[in-house]
Amino acid sequence: MARFDPYENNGGTCVAIAGAGYCVVAADMRLSVGYSILTRDHSKIAHLADKCVLASSGFQGDVKALQKNLAAKELVYEHNHNKKMSCPAMAQLLSNTLYYKRFFPYYAFNVLGGLDSEGKGCVFTYDAVGSYERTGYSAQGTGATLMMPVLDNQLKSPSPLLLPARDAVTPLSEAEAVDLVKDVFASATERDIYTGDKLEIVIINSSGSRRECIELRKD
Amino acid sequence: MFRNQYDTDVTTWSPAGRLFQVEYAMEAVKQGSACVGLRSRTHAVLAAANKAASELSSHQRKVFRVADHAGVALAGLTADGRVLSRFLRSECINHAFVYDAPLPVSRLALRLADKAQVCTQRSWKRPYGVGLLVAGLDESGAHLYYNCPSGNYFEYQAFAIGSRSQAAKTFLERRFEGYNDYTPDQLIKDALSAIKETLQGEKLTSSNCTVAIVGRKDDGTVEPFEMIDAKRIQEIIDSMEATEEAPASAAEAESSSMQEDKGTDAGTGTDAAPMDI
Repeated sequence: MARFDPYENNGGTCVAIAGAGYCVVAADMRLSVGYSILTRDHSKIAHLADKCVLASSGFQGDVKALQKNLAAKELVYEHNHNKKMSCPAMAQLLSNTLYYKRFFPYYAFNVLGGLDSEGKGCVFTYDAVGSYERTGYSAQGTGATLMMPVLDNQLKSPSPLLLPARDAVTPLSEAEAVDLVKDVFASATERDIYTGDKLEIVIINSSGSRRECIELRKD
Repeated sequence: MFRNQYDTDVTTWSPAGRLFQVEYAMEAVKQGSACVGLRSRTHAVLAAANKAASELSSHQRKVFRVADHAGVALAGLTADGRVLSRFLRSECINHAFVYDAPLPVSRLALRLADKAQVCTQRSWKRPYGVGLLVAGLDESGAHLYYNCPSGNYFEYQAFAIGSRSQAAKTFLERRFEGYNDYTPDQLIKDALSAIKETLQGEKLTSSNCTVAIVGRKDDGTVEPFEMIDAKRIQEIIDSMEATEEAPASAAEAESSSMQEDKGTDAGTGTDAAPMDI
């Protein structure tokens, strides 16, 4: 007996890396269903506020709904507080929004990246129901298991168990971080069938945000 | 106004077919300090005269951004206005969420009018005591609407509401025919001049007025609704004073005889009905 399955995995991988004065958020642009490609040109990245960017992989229908929901809530915040939401504030809002649907979750695996109120890079990583943590870097999606070990090796994040708390941001420069992202996507593209086609990179720093798009293997 | 036996309830008609509570609500608008709105084909400007409850307090906010493409200026019970602004903001957000497009200004005015009408037909409610000038930009250009507590709304090229607004209206009546082709800067100057008419002798400075503008430039880029900062307003006021001298005094003489509201001393607030302070 076939039952309507409300979820579908559209594949793809998202990554974010936080630096001392910048944050790099990247996601591939392939949209798949099953073993087919629906489009090679789909952005998984949403600009929620000027220093806050969300990348989400998973079911893109839920991702779109989640992005719209957050954008509307951000506008309400702006009206009430007369300023755009900061990244840590958006991080909490995203967590609450996800948990609100704890019993029919958004099938979205999120990575939120931006600058905190001090101008330092911050990355927040989530599960589908809102559990979140601030880290120095993270990957989510179908290629995440291929990328995280490489990021762990390159970025040497201090253990959160060490006291006093160590700074999670990487000492790499912005250009080095962008190169690392490109390398790590190239590697994941080789073995993950759902990751490839194009890579969209958004870099946020004190002067604003810029976007880079590079080609990935299309097979 | 006149007390009579048909004015207790908003749901009681008078024998002459009037709803006095609604009319009294419109009186509250006339007590508020002045606001003016004007528009060209591509831009709409709102300006408000700031009045503070006392010299010790800050002035009340009378101009609110409702969405990137629209804003309101209000006169009357500003608390009612704040609540209505929140409603308008939420309507715009909901429309954009569902249709992925900005709520057209005429529909925004309509939603507000329908909300106001409900309060004229429920025995447990009272009409909102605030008049709103709704200015915005949509696909069909710039628009300006006036929403009254009665639930009526009208589109205007230029309008003024609040105390001593007749002086501003007289000024606008003389000049509105050219407004469609005015540049944004010309609109702002006229808005400030209209507000100046309502100040009746008091000096116009950037601290006693607020101005906001929304529009689409010639190259197609949209200038979202935002308040103009005090420094720029002062520059415009200074440049206006450099060029004109005394047409203001002629308008003031005819305005004082046409007003039916109470005369107020300079400096005391007229934004709130007595119950609000």
